[in-house]
Amino acid sequence: MLTFTLRRLLLAMPVLLGVVFVVMLTVDLLPGDAVTLMLGEHATKDAVAALREHLGLDKPFVVRYLDYVGHLLRGDLGRSMQQNRPVAAELADAWPATLQLTVAALVIAAAVGIAAGVVSAVWPNSLFDAVARLASLFGLSMPIFWTGLVLIVVFSLWLKWLPVGGAGSFAHLVLPAVTLALPSVAMVARMTRAAVLDVLREDYVRTARAKGVGEVWVLGKHALRNAFIPILTLLGLQSGQLMGGAVLTETVFSWPGLGRLMVKAIFARDYVLLQGAVLVFALAFVVVNLLVDLSYGALDPRIARQG
Amino acid sequence: MGQAWRRFRTNRLALAGLALVALLALTAALAPWLAPYDPARQSLVEKRALPGGKYLLGADEFGRDILSRVIYGSRVALLVGGLSVTIALAFGLLLGVAAGFNGGWLDALLMRGVEILLAFPYLLLAIAIVAALGPGALNTTLAVGIWGVPAVTRIVRGSVLALRETEYVGAACALGAPAPAVLRRHILPNVLPGLIVYATLFMANAILLEAALSFLGLGVQPPTASWGLMVSTGRDVLLVAPHVATVPGVAIMLAVLAFNLVGDGLRDALDPRLGGGGSSALTSP
Repeated sequence: MLTFTLRRLLLAMPVLLGVVFVVMLTVDLLPGDAVTLMLGEHATKDAVAALREHLGLDKPFVVRYLDYVGHLLRGDLGRSMQQNRPVAAELADAWPATLQLTVAALVIAAAVGIAAGVVSAVWPNSLFDAVARLASLFGLSMPIFWTGLVLIVVFSLWLKWLPVGGAGSFAHLVLPAVTLALPSVAMVARMTRAAVLDVLREDYVRTARAKGVGEVWVLGKHALRNAFIPILTLLGLQSGQLMGGAVLTETVFSWPGLGRLMVKAIFARDYVLLQGAVLVFALAFVVVNLLVDLSYGALDPRIARQG
Repeated sequence: MGQAWRRFRTNRLALAGLALVALLALTAALAPWLAPYDPARQSLVEKRALPGGKYLLGADEFGRDILSRVIYGSRVALLVGGLSVTIALAFGLLLGVAAGFNGGWLDALLMRGVEILLAFPYLLLAIAIVAALGPGALNTTLAVGIWGVPAVTRIVRGSVLALRETEYVGAACALGAPAPAVLRRHILPNVLPGLIVYATLFMANAILLEAALSFLGLGVQPPTASWGLMVSTGRDVLLVAPHVATVPGVAIMLAVLAFNLVGDGLRDALDPRLGGGGSSALTSP
């Protein structure tokens, strides 16, 4: 298990370095000159040159890349151009809100999705199954920024139960978390249904039933345990979906998180901040998938032994 | 293929999806004849007019007919979606075949690249690209297309690797068939069916992504009628005129649903072993 963990950790490192490279490259490919865009058309030549030097844009790409990675290792992500604060500080202010939102959504997705999927699999082609499958199809097809607006109209405007936006209390969290979770609920429900149906067809389930094991026990001990690996994989991948979706949800609900910070950074042409925000998201995604990988080893000893 | 179509035909949901796709395509093609008004015509006295009456689906903040804009918006959705699917498939096929068929260092290099691009959560890669290229319909298409390349590359490489191990490909190589012939006769025809399924499901995602980018203000720019952009402008008047934001969203949902249904139906028809499961989990990035 230890070598398995170390191996996975080592494999994640080059991916992260690559992510930094790609982010810097996209920023580098900016049409025209980023500095002129930032300072406006009428900036003096001196001001442009000074800002270029300040941002290190006068140095070749490879030097800047190594420089950035070097600073990154010391936790220095540069200074945001708009606020002139350390990017690390800006990100530190914003990430707890995003974490709260995505974790809440992930919990909803896992709880509702797995429950619906299991019920669908246990009574396939029942009325519940039909309704759940149709609902999943819609859940996967609704753009979340629109779902959010519809929920605001219904629950804030008409029923006046929940606030329109902002953060601070549990009531503020409900609509954004549900909005963000919906496509993932649909995906998890579909996947759980398929995985549990597959396991229920296995020989060992038939054996268990034949020897008189109760249906609840068959489901809990045999079916769910074995269906859990594909479900866990999906939840790991869905966490990426949720982080991306957070950008939209935070915009809709004025949720003060990383996603909104990122969109603001784009409009303010604050590329240092944008770079930092994208990196934090990618880092979080890599770490989550690393944890999922590691938990396979714990759930299924065969995987850990193969390394 | 005939068998696949027979299976597809018995799937009522898939047929409904196909009908919706056809309707969408017709709407886009016949937009100038179908739209009751010019989608750009403003009428400030009638701004935020409610649905019903003169404007079937109401009017937006500038008094523009929402129905006409939704009809014209189908052109943007299908065009951006279709072109970005083409980009993703073309480059993904090229890179995936190159990696899977050659193996060795090229495979290792390409796959590390794919891993890195897939480490960006969901739409962040597209956002980063569009932030770099600048907004606009063309750049949105490029961003959505590039966003799809790594996933297609990985799928194609996987099928090519599996096919390379099959006996008939081994036999063809042993008989001295040149590599291009093996590719054309044995590999590509077997990769394509899976890719068609993926392309259909990707189209659904491409429409969603274009709408999302346009909603954020990073995609298609005003005054073009894009569904995502329409939702975004409606958001400003959400509390006084909810229909401005919510009506175009229904169009997005129906378009995405249509392609999802067809994609699911195609997958079940081409690979009956899978059953109506959740394997599109793989394909929805």
